[in-house]
Amino acid sequence: MEKYMFIFIGGDPSHLSPEAQQAHMQKWFAWVEKLTNEKRYVSGEALLPGGKTIKGSKKAVTDGPFAEGKEVVGGFFVVTAKDLNEATEMAKACPDYELGGIVEVREVMKFDAA
Amino acid sequence: MLEQDVNQLAGHLFRHESGKMAAVLTRIVGLQNLDLAQDLVQDTLLKAINTWKIKGIPENPSAWLYTVAKRKALDAIRQKKIHHQIESDLAKAFQSEWTMAPAVQHLFFEHEIEDSQLRMMFACCHPAIPYESQIALTLKTLCGLSVSEIAHSFLTNEETITKRLYRARERIREDKIDLEIPSPQTLMLHLETVLHTIYLLFTQGYNSSHPDQLIRHDLCEEAMRLCLLLIKKTMTNIPTVRALMALMCFQASRSDARLDGNGSIILLQYQNRVLWNRPLIEKGNEYINASAAGEEISEYHLEAAIAACHANAPSFEATNWKRIFRLYELLSKIKSDPIVELNKAIALGFSESPQKGIESLCAIKGLADNSIYHAAMGDFLQQISKTLQAKKHYQLALDLTKSKSEIELLQKKINALASPIP
Repeated sequence: MEKYMFIFIGGDPSHLSPEAQQAHMQKWFAWVEKLTNEKRYVSGEALLPGGKTIKGSKKAVTDGPFAEGKEVVGGFFVVTAKDLNEATEMAKACPDYELGGIVEVREVMKFDAA
Repeated sequence: MLEQDVNQLAGHLFRHESGKMAAVLTRIVGLQNLDLAQDLVQDTLLKAINTWKIKGIPENPSAWLYTVAKRKALDAIRQKKIHHQIESDLAKAFQSEWTMAPAVQHLFFEHEIEDSQLRMMFACCHPAIPYESQIALTLKTLCGLSVSEIAHSFLTNEETITKRLYRARERIREDKIDLEIPSPQTLMLHLETVLHTIYLLFTQGYNSSHPDQLIRHDLCEEAMRLCLLLIKKTMTNIPTVRALMALMCFQASRSDARLDGNGSIILLQYQNRVLWNRPLIEKGNEYINASAAGEEISEYHLEAAIAACHANAPSFEATNWKRIFRLYELLSKIKSDPIVELNKAIALGFSESPQKGIESLCAIKGLADNSIYHAAMGDFLQQISKTLQAKKHYQLALDLTKSKSEIELLQKKINALASPIP
């Protein structure tokens, strides 16, 4: 089993009613529960929007990332999967696609295999 | 929390909490700033979704939401986004950094939330706002429904609802309506429109031909929730409010028995009374007993008393039709409505004789296109063996109804008339 990271980008539920927002969240809970029951879920964090960006040899600090709402990274999961194909299939169950969300699936590099 | 699945939020949590937070935040920024208050609610919910979907549900979801909402409220106060038209002691407290936080904190205690909801209810149902705009605004701000959900519940389009909301905002602005508890002198007038709006909301849920049963159920539930809030507050817990609550309990107790598999309405006469919700009927009886204090007899008192007769009758035949007729007689004096006349005539037909029922029915104007009118006429005519005329009215009823169960029933009655008596 290898470790993979799901990076969640965009997916804006603000046009939904409170009731529909709750129903959408419920889909996430069901997904996480499934990943947990299958012993695939390792960890996850949600990221606040905004923050700072530091760039260049002069370490110039700017507000942002100035990404469009649809490109903002909202959080990530670390999961285990057999290979990239299986991880990709797992990530297809993320509920955010219907809201324009994107999931990036990346393999976590193993130090000793580098 | 132990009983509940940790991965399951309480039903309607977001909808209900958004209504509560909207009331509190509007009290903080002022009713003239309703849009801002609703934006703050929206931001709060978004923050919750983005965090909870990844980290799971916090131990106390409501408290989590309130913490975020409080922070947003304080930011709005610091940025001087509040409207001058707010309660004076709040305005004073918001002037200093020392007092604003405790003042905001205080507004998020349960009894203060209810107080804000009550103020919001009086504002949404202000007599200056047309009824249909009152209902739209109440559903939007107090019940947390979206424009599309409201449009869907009223089988209309979003544009219509947006216009109704716009008209409400216009009145709030031009009449400078505040988020306040009416003075003792005007309380009754204001309460009357609040009750009427709750009643209309309930009726929309209960009597509409909406194909989606869940939506109807939601509207009834929201109406009852609002009424319960009035009962919880000493100032508004008056006999008329209890009477309306009783009426809604009795009506709602039948909701499982009055729809067939296709969502068509089954008439009282043919409902399976075993399916009636006993605990709700008991609640209704409690409220109607509590509504007897005081001297006023409102239409809600009479309608609740009629509903109580039906709810407590062991069968349709064993119903106290004499009492129902007398109650309809009283009701028709304060509520001019052909449907009341129709029900009065039917009650008379059952309590006296089919002939009397027919005479009363004939005297009613304006129900020529009502299927229940013709079905009742057919029933009474059939009872006095005027088969041909009965058939004519059953046929009229059949042409007027869209309800599948009614169509089947009327067809059965027509067939029974045609078959020779064995």
